[in-house]
Amino acid sequence: MFYRECGVRHTTYAADRALAVIPFERALLVLLIVLAAAAPWIVTDLFLVSYLTPWLIWTAAVLGLNLLMGWAGQIHLGYGAVMAVGAYTAVHVARAGAPFVVAVAAGGLVAAVIGSLFGLPALRVRGLYLAMSTLALQVIVDWILVQVPAISGGAQATLLVPRPHIFGILLVTDQARYWAAAVFAVLVALFVANVRRTDVGRALIALREKDYAAAVIGINVFYYKALAFFVSSFIGGMSGAALAFLYYRAVTPEQFGLNVSIMAVAMVIVGGLGSIIGSFFGAGFILLAPIWIEHGLRELAAALSVHISPSTLAHLPLVIYGGLITGFLLLEPLGLAKLYDNVRNYLRVWPFGYTKK
Amino acid sequence: MTFLAELAINGALVGLMYALVASGIVLVYKSSGVVNLAQGGFVMAGAYLVWAYIARLGLGLIPGILAAAASMGALGWLTERLALRRMIGQPVIMILMLTFGLEVVLRGAVPGALGADTKPMPIPISQAPVWLGDILINRTYILGGAVAVVMVALLAVFFRTRAGIAMRAVSDDHLAAWAVGIPVERTVALSWAVSGAVAAVTGVLWGAVQGVDWSLSLLLIKALSVAVLGGLDSLSGVVLAGLIVGVFESVISGYVDPFVGGGTREVVAAVVIFLTVLIRPYGLFGREVIERV
Repeated sequence: MFYRECGVRHTTYAADRALAVIPFERALLVLLIVLAAAAPWIVTDLFLVSYLTPWLIWTAAVLGLNLLMGWAGQIHLGYGAVMAVGAYTAVHVARAGAPFVVAVAAGGLVAAVIGSLFGLPALRVRGLYLAMSTLALQVIVDWILVQVPAISGGAQATLLVPRPHIFGILLVTDQARYWAAAVFAVLVALFVANVRRTDVGRALIALREKDYAAAVIGINVFYYKALAFFVSSFIGGMSGAALAFLYYRAVTPEQFGLNVSIMAVAMVIVGGLGSIIGSFFGAGFILLAPIWIEHGLRELAAALSVHISPSTLAHLPLVIYGGLITGFLLLEPLGLAKLYDNVRNYLRVWPFGYTKK
Repeated sequence: MTFLAELAINGALVGLMYALVASGIVLVYKSSGVVNLAQGGFVMAGAYLVWAYIARLGLGLIPGILAAAASMGALGWLTERLALRRMIGQPVIMILMLTFGLEVVLRGAVPGALGADTKPMPIPISQAPVWLGDILINRTYILGGAVAVVMVALLAVFFRTRAGIAMRAVSDDHLAAWAVGIPVERTVALSWAVSGAVAAVTGVLWGAVQGVDWSLSLLLIKALSVAVLGGLDSLSGVVLAGLIVGVFESVISGYVDPFVGGGTREVVAAVVIFLTVLIRPYGLFGREVIERV
């Protein structure tokens, strides 16, 4: 019905490989971009600052991790540390007087170099052992960040982030910060969507399916694995910097601990491995669902006048969040992207469901 | 010199207690090839249950521990039956994340239901240290080290029993075990149950050392480092690796911590994991059938 492919003919290869082939989807994309640009006038300031901005920045981070986990098939349980490296580098560069864009790029670059270190074990082992060594590196990098006063200012310190300015325009208002986050997320999404269509993207997919077979057909496994870690860490570092500048406005090591790494992986899996729209869904769902479900339960308990102790309430988000991870893995391992895909496939041929491939 | 010896001896005893946590991971890995990242959460839940049975329900010490071990065994069995069995054939990241999701649920649900404040483990061990010449040894550590050795020995004996031999067969080859009539699913479930029961006993010891609260689940990193260094499928490796990790961690943190802000212990374990994976991924005694790139 909506996703009607009737009359969509591909007369050139370029048209066939376009990012959005179905006209309805193109219209949807335009609508979404217009809505996103106009969001500051649509939603309240609180919603903009505490939900939309972090969601968009987290989406960028998840896209970076998805590039590594969904496309290249490498497990990474230390993404939080990579983001931390990016955030701290960017803040220090900005404090030295560099403009925002330069600081974020520097953060990405340093994070990419450190992040390639995480890829070192990937050149030797995979799967389980890669997961454990990235987990270990997360702990090590965390410790170095906390312990070296030149980086974090000491164990208990919080670094204030200087105000970001882009091309001489100071980003002071919440709206400006939101727009910067939105532009960043869109750019990263465009980049990842395009990587998928290039030879690099296809090499990564071959690598994911079976690295030995990929090597046989002439793909340099070492090079592409290292490249995947480098690029994904670059995006992660920039996202960490963006979080620091546009959302937290101060950096502490706890913002990027082991739990954050787990959260990033959860976002990728709940959203859907190797899916761009899934990265948006996953980041939003993991970020917002526990908050909303907890609110709902709170109000339900109040309405039914059931007393829930504060200690139980404090632990409720953790239970919901863990439950979401396990629930999705058990019931829909392909994540929210698969659910969206089901609806899309259904509507593509509606009302002629029997023509479904 | 005395300082070094004191660090080394206490470290060795703590290392044996790490080995006990790690043995739960090894048990499950041996039978099903799954690394249970929820083992830290299992230990925490076990400690909470022991505390609840003794302090809240008024059971005696031994009945309380046994009841907790039985409950944790049931939890382990249920985990396999309801969750892990449905994940057979899925990519390893999915299975790892599932166990981690379980860890998060336990970390939220158990303190949420039983109280988040740190509770003393109600077992009668005097806090007074034992003096060995000039060396000061924590009494709880001695008990913990002894129990750990006994438990690992019991597990070694268990692998000589009928069920244990079946488990070894399953760890060798699922299909071949099936062919000779071993109930593979039931054996894997049994290994989860045993690992849950071991977690309860471990919980008692660690609860006595650092009190019962959520931070018990942080033992996961230490246990992982011990399990990886020993070889993920080697029970005897766990003991030696536990001693190594324990001594290194205690001695290094004893000498380095005064100069940095502390927290060296976690890092020693992490460095052990990283170096083991880079240099000798199958650990000290693990089988060398590892997926190489």
